[in-house]
Amino acid sequence: MQFGLSEEQRLIVDTTRAFVENELYPHEAEVERTGVLRPELIAEIKAKAIAAGLYAANMPADVGGAGLDTVTWLLYEKELGRASYALHWNCVARPSNILLAGTPEQRERYLFPCIRGEKSDCLAMTEPNAGSDLRSMQASAVQDGDDWVLNGTKHFISHADMADFVITFMASGEEDTPRGKRKKITAFFVDKGTPGFSVRDGYQNVSHRGYTNSVLEFDDCRLPKQQVLGEVHKGFEVANAWLGATRLQVAATCLGRAERAFGHAVSYAAERKQFGQQIGKFQGVSFKLADMATEMKAANLLVFEAGWKYDQGTVTDEDMAMAKLKATEMLAFVADEAIQIYGGMGLMNDLPLERIWRDARVERIWEGTSEIQRHIISRALLRAVGG
Amino acid sequence: MKVLVPVKRVVDANVKVRVKGDGSGVELANVKMAMNPFDEIAVEEAIRLKDAGKVEEIIVVSIGPAQAQETLRTALAMGADRAILVKTDETAEPLGVAKVLKGVVDAEKPGLVILGKQAIDDDANQTGQMLAALLGWAQGTFASKVEINGDKAKVTREVDGGLQTIDLKMPAIVTVDLRLNQPRYASLPNIMKAKKKPLDEKSAADFGADLKPRLKVVKTEEPGGRKAGVKVKDVAELVSSLKSAGVI
Ligand SMILES: Cc1cc2nc3c(=O)[nH]c(=O)nc-3n(C[C@H](O)[C@H](O)[C@H](O)COP(=O)(O)OP(=O)(O)OC[C@H]3O[C@@H](n4cnc5c(N)ncnc54)[C@H](O)[C@@H]3O)c2cc1C
Repeated sequence: MQFGLSEEQRLIVDTTRAFVENELYPHEAEVERTGVLRPELIAEIKAKAIAAGLYAANMPADVGGAGLDTVTWLLYEKELGRASYALHWNCVARPSNILLAGTPEQRERYLFPCIRGEKSDCLAMTEPNAGSDLRSMQASAVQDGDDWVLNGTKHFISHADMADFVITFMASGEEDTPRGKRKKITAFFVDKGTPGFSVRDGYQNVSHRGYTNSVLEFDDCRLPKQQVLGEVHKGFEVANAWLGATRLQVAATCLGRAERAFGHAVSYAAERKQFGQQIGKFQGVSFKLADMATEMKAANLLVFEAGWKYDQGTVTDEDMAMAKLKATEMLAFVADEAIQIYGGMGLMNDLPLERIWRDARVERIWEGTSEIQRHIISRALLRAVGG
Repeated sequence: MKVLVPVKRVVDANVKVRVKGDGSGVELANVKMAMNPFDEIAVEEAIRLKDAGKVEEIIVVSIGPAQAQETLRTALAMGADRAILVKTDETAEPLGVAKVLKGVVDAEKPGLVILGKQAIDDDANQTGQMLAALLGWAQGTFASKVEINGDKAKVTREVDGGLQTIDLKMPAIVTVDLRLNQPRYASLPNIMKAKKKPLDEKSAADFGADLKPRLKVVKTEEPGGRKAGVKVKDVAELVSSLKSAGVI
């Protein structure tokens, strides 16, 4: 294992960082103030991101992506993560890896247009009564001849208002297992405009202004069987095969944002004077910096080690859970301490700190709550000793 | 036509530069380094000339330590074709650099050399002019526009008080100013390709030059801090205080 960056990785980090600082930072204040990401702004930045090869760079080279290994992809995510989520996610999109699981026709219709920036995707699993316990979902898909008929409600679905289609997971039956009955799940592509499918505005969210969430309603929404993604009743298998690393993606974006907050905090500690000296000279402040830096380093090591193991094919669910848990909790800590070091000024929206602090909150909830990550880690520990 | 673009590795423009404790220079240990911003503009201009079909090959050259290879890779990732690293651990001074560049020009025979007007480390603003003198070539410094037509280059120069347009006979030296263009991002696909582009390592002696320091640094010190200003209540007071300060 080696810890240094290759020349290529360094260039990718530099170019992504320069793009984020020059093309995304200048628009953050507008998105925060209005809570809206203007379509013209998306189009303008998207064109630049495509020219720089940053758009959909998470995808393999043979389908038009950058073909990055996992570690390099995470370095790129970390840099993007410095900026407002709404801006980097919508203007420098990373289409879901699950699109790679499609048939050749589905790839033509959904994957390639997403990579070219002509379409955008969203992914719907969560329901009002099924969050962490996804398997208990109630939205259903029932076979009717060659068609499927979908009914039910999904909520918290990110950027579904802007997406051209959704990949939705529906309960498609039940099976007996040694531990009792269990729902079978099937994944479907549903285009916007399909009769019986509608998208409503979701909730106002404390984190990530401009990054919308929606409620999806399926009301006798009829789909031909070609809309099934993967095998019938194997929706979670497809998700597990293709979405495993999204937890590392969330973790990596947290690393970037923490670094940005820390950068502000450390310069302020060297600049701001009270009681006749730099506040960084007070141990009460400098020890905070030491703890922040140490936490950041620990989180970086966990995330990139998991990424490295992902490429070796040796990564475990626990590795990714630890990385996600540590990086998201570290960000909350670093953002909070950065504000403390600034005092009152830290809460004002002249600086990105109050935003980073608010934005940090959702990271411990989505892509599996901190409790669910701890559950994954502890389950593996106990299983190893027969627990 | 070949075009040669010299690029320098300097302290990143966003870094707050600090003077070394012993005053012998500025702190470079653990400091983020980057391509001199004016050189990025020079590379960009060369790429645009190539895109316009005026140039066949872009050669980038850097004179500096082993790490200057990173700067060359950045230029290759932007779109240059080939790189030469003239490795030295000496401080690169304008005249030494100009002499090495003359050697590179003699060996490569480019029709055009595009340089940054200055490097943001010591802001000497000399290398391009010295190179033109050593080669006996025409020079167009501080370019804000460059057009190549056959064996002529039309260069718009940013000079005190406005713009000056001159025609240069090729081969020629152009040094670029800030407003010439907006350099592109090294794109991810080009970064991947850059790894496979040739990068030759040479020494100053290979080009019949030496980089022995010709200048002696006496002392480096921080500029004095700015003094606090005064508030004036109206234009009349402003004018009178400017007068009493002897400024107008
Ligand atoms: C802004 C935003 C965007 C989102 N985008 C999407 C999207 O695009 N697509 C999508 O499908 N979903 C999305 N989600 C949903 C997100 O994944 C869920 O919020 C998350 O999985 C948690 O589910 P829940 O909110 O229903 O909480 P619940 O599962 O109800 O959890 C409530 C509390 O109980 C705890 N808990 C639950 N089970 C256990 C257990 N076994 N052990 C210990 N504690 C437990 C949780 O940790 C939590 O503290 C989004 C959510 C948000 C907030």
